[in-house]
Order: sequence, then C-alpha cells, then structure tokens
Amino acid sequence: MIFENIYEIIAFILNSAGILQYMQSYSDALGISIAPKLIIILIETALLLVGVALMVMALTWMERKVLAHAQARLGPMITWYHGLLQPVIDGVKLLSKEDLMPKRADRWIYFIAPMIAFVPALLVFIPIPFGRDGAIISDLPMGILYVMAVSAISPIGILIGGWASDNKYSLLGALRAVAQDISYEIPMVLTVIGIVLITGSLSLQDIVLFQDKIWFVFLQPLGFIIFLVAAVAEMARIPFDLHESESEFVAGFFTEYSGMKFAFFFLAEYAHLFSIAAIMTTLYFGGWHGPMIPMIPPIITSIGWFTLKVLVIIFFTMWLRATVPRVRVDQILDIGWKVMIPLALFNVFITGLLVAGGVL
Amino acid sequence: MDSVDKDKVTVIDATKIDTSKYKREVKREDDAASQLKSTGLLNTLVYAKDRAEKRDQNVILALVDQVVNWGRLCSIWPVTSGLACCAIEMMSMSMGHYDIARFGSEVFRATPRQSDLLFVAGTVSKRMAPRLKRLYEQMPEPKWVIAVGSCAISGGPFVDSYAVLTGVDKIIPVDIYVPGCPPRPEAWLYSMIQLRKLIKEEGVGITWGLDK
Repeated sequence: MIFENIYEIIAFILNSAGILQYMQSYSDALGISIAPKLIIILIETALLLVGVALMVMALTWMERKVLAHAQARLGPMITWYHGLLQPVIDGVKLLSKEDLMPKRADRWIYFIAPMIAFVPALLVFIPIPFGRDGAIISDLPMGILYVMAVSAISPIGILIGGWASDNKYSLLGALRAVAQDISYEIPMVLTVIGIVLITGSLSLQDIVLFQDKIWFVFLQPLGFIIFLVAAVAEMARIPFDLHESESEFVAGFFTEYSGMKFAFFFLAEYAHLFSIAAIMTTLYFGGWHGPMIPMIPPIITSIGWFTLKVLVIIFFTMWLRATVPRVRVDQILDIGWKVMIPLALFNVFITGLLVAGGVL
Repeated sequence: MDSVDKDKVTVIDATKIDTSKYKREVKREDDAASQLKSTGLLNTLVYAKDRAEKRDQNVILALVDQVVNWGRLCSIWPVTSGLACCAIEMMSMSMGHYDIARFGSEVFRATPRQSDLLFVAGTVSKRMAPRLKRLYEQMPEPKWVIAVGSCAISGGPFVDSYAVLTGVDKIIPVDIYVPGCPPRPEAWLYSMIQLRKLIKEEGVGITWGLDK
C-alpha cells in the first residue's frame, strides 16, 4: 500500500478495523455524510498537537540537561529517572499558578497574544514530510512558501503581547524581537530561493525526494551557512536572543505574563525551535533520507532518521547557547542587513548562473 | 537592641504594619494569640493537620492536592535578586559544585511574575525595603520567601545602623530563616529542602514531625 498522507493512513486503519463502515452508515442515515471525514481530520489534528507537545516537553528537558552537563552540573535529578518528569512537573506548577493581569493592560489583546504566538508554530508542521510513504499531513504544492508565510505571523503575537502588557520593558523587548525577526526572515527566504531554483518545485516532499543522492548542504554551502545563522536568530537562541534579553529588559516581551499564559509563550518558543529545525532538516539535510533497516517498516525508519537529524540540529543550538555570549542589538541588525542579505543575494546569483549553465 | 528575639519583633511590628492580607502572617498572629507557648513551626503543623483531616474526607481533592504540591515542590523558580554579598553564595549554589538544578530550581527568572521563591540575600537597607516589598507583591500567589544571612534575619552587623532594616520580616512574611554571615551553600540547600517539606505540609502531607 502506498499512501499519500496521514489522512489516508488513518482512513485505512479505521477501514481495516471495520469502524469506518459503521461511521459511514450511521452518518448516511443521519444525513451528514461529511462526519467521518471531520472525525478523521480531528484525529489528525490531535496527533499533530500531541506529537508537537511531547516533542516540546522533551526539548525543555533536553535543554536543561544539555546546559547542565555543559557546565559540569547534573541538571534535574529528583523527578524520576534523571529528571525525565520535570516538564510535566513544570506544567503542573504553571497550571496552578495565579494568573495575573496588569491593571491597565489591554484585556483581550493580552489574552489572545500567547495563542497568536503559539498557533503558527503548530501550523508550520502541515506541509513538512516526517517520513516516506505518506507521513505528511498535506503535501501542499506551495509548501515552503506556506511555511515562510505562516511562520511570519508569530512576530505579531510577540508585538501585541508586548504592547498589551502596559509595561515599558515589554514594549521595548517586543519591538526589538520583532525587528530581529523581520530582518532575519529576509535572508532566510532568499536562501530558500536557491533551493527552489535547483529543484524547480516549492513542495517540500519534492525537495526531499530531490536529495536522494546528495544533500543540499553540499550543493549550497554558502546558503546553508546563511540559513543556519538566520535560523538561530529566528529561533531566538542565545547569540541572538533579543526576545528575552534578561540583562536589559527584565524578560523581554513576556515580562508581565504569568502562569499558563507564560507557559504558552514558552511552548511557542520551543515549538518554533522544533519547527525551524525540521525545516532545516528538510531543506538541507535530506529530510527523511537515510539507510533503511530491513525488518522495520520504512515509514518508521524514515521518521526515526528525520527525528534524529532534527535532534542533532537542536543539540547544536543548545551547545551554542552554553558556549557563546549574546550580541548587542545594533550588531545583530547590522549583521542582518549589511552582511546576510547581500550574501544571500550573491548566493541566489551564483545558483541562478549554475542552474542556467546546466551545472546543477 | 532587642531585635535578636525575632518572634517578639515580628509580633510588635505586625501591629504597626498592615500585613493582614498575607495568609501566613495571619497564621503567625494566631500563633501569638492562641497562647500555646509553642513555636510557629508546630503551629503550622497543627494547622496543616486540621486542614488535611478536613481534606481527607474528600478523596478526589486530596489526590489533586498531592499532585499540585508535588508539582510545586519540584519546580521552585527563584527570582534573580541579590541584595548584598550573600548573593555571591547564591551564585555558588547554582553552579557546578552544589547545583540547585538537581531540585529543579535552576531556572532563575528575571521577572517576579514567573517566579515562586524570593531569596532575600543580604542587607535590606531602608531605601531598598519598599522595592523589595514591591518585588514580593508582584509575584503571583503560591510564593515563598527565604531570608538568608544574619542581615536579612535581624540586621546582623549593621543592627545599630540608621539605614538598615533590622530583619526583613518587618515588611514581608518569611518562611525559612538561614543564619550565617554569609551562610554556606550547604545551608542554602538545606533551606531548600526545608522549604520542600513546608510545601508538602501545605496540602495533605503531614507525616513530617507529627507522627513522632
């Protein structure tokens, strides 16, 4: 069986279990024939949500352990085996924490900002191929364009969160964060153009299939370096973590957020980290390609390879965080506009020449 | 100065300063009023036992209480705030040799809105006291205070100074006192362990000390 996407896999499983026929007969009798489709889509959504939430929890644990071991500490130890339950415990604590709202805050915008920051980080996963044989939610024809467009929404959540809290530190932090996000989105998109020129397709599945023989990190070394720097800036990791500039603005744009709203910003940050690492894997490291192990279904092996590559990239960013200090705001914007964008344009130029000359 | 006797100072100043909105301060007034001649710790335990006996009648809520307490005591995030030289020992406690991260408390949040624990680490001068009180008031509700060092407990070597507050419990309620000048990181860690026991008592966990 060859599946197109996860929808078909779920439909096949339900069909072979005999549940789908029951659902169809009941919904036909009731006159709502769309109901089985909606149920399958809901299952898909729940799968995505649970998968991303689990990954984010694993990442918070991993971050604390990697940082601790980089600094010759142990990290969380008392909650189960090597503190594996620490993210669950943090979640319980943040849920039971008082939810404060500043007196002069803009109530609705303050309430909705964490969601606006969190939802795009979740939507980004729709066109990303997690594995072969249909481990993809929907293979959009304009996949990479969709990813860039959706991930450009989350700065709006940051900006209105900082604006609505009625706090000078929040507002200044939000302005900085948005300035950084916008200036690093441009070189990121420009480097993606190089890949699109080579493959001739915007679909992420096509881009992965193109890297059967050689990964794009070898075909586009300059583009990869620019993408890496821009991605670290987009993730707001340490050399570029203007989002949470602790030494100047108390905690950046979420200074006034407490309890579960803060937890949502926290989740959004790590979901963003995961999504950008997934995009980098898809674009430059061959996506789910890897040696297939016999006796194991290729879909599971390919998902394993994808996850491994994503985790290696995330480990690299955590390593970076434990190693380097932070860059000043004017230096960050200088690098973004005066170095990264010209280099990215140069990369597009070279790639265009090579593609037109028939080399690539 | 008579400020070494901290219970006496607390009772006197509780009448001067309006601390009625703090739950734990009210509890301490009960302690003084009930003429038990007992320490505040024993009173806390008795109070916790009463609450726990009431709560044990409700099986579901008791379970929720246990889970929530478990979450709170394993993830105590302190505020990044150091007043004087004791803060150096605080840094030492969070670094490699002593490593407060083992208890899940290495997340020093810079903003009081996201933190649970305030370390009063050092001398509280009278100019700093309103800021410290404000910092405490900005923290969301399940919150605890540990007064570290003799300055924060009673003024310490500066007890005769015109500019130093003799004891931080004049302005904010304190849960744990750690003596020392400055206390060693082991003492800080011991205070963290005592705080974990205290948080456990706030719910149904009353086994500590009462069944002896």
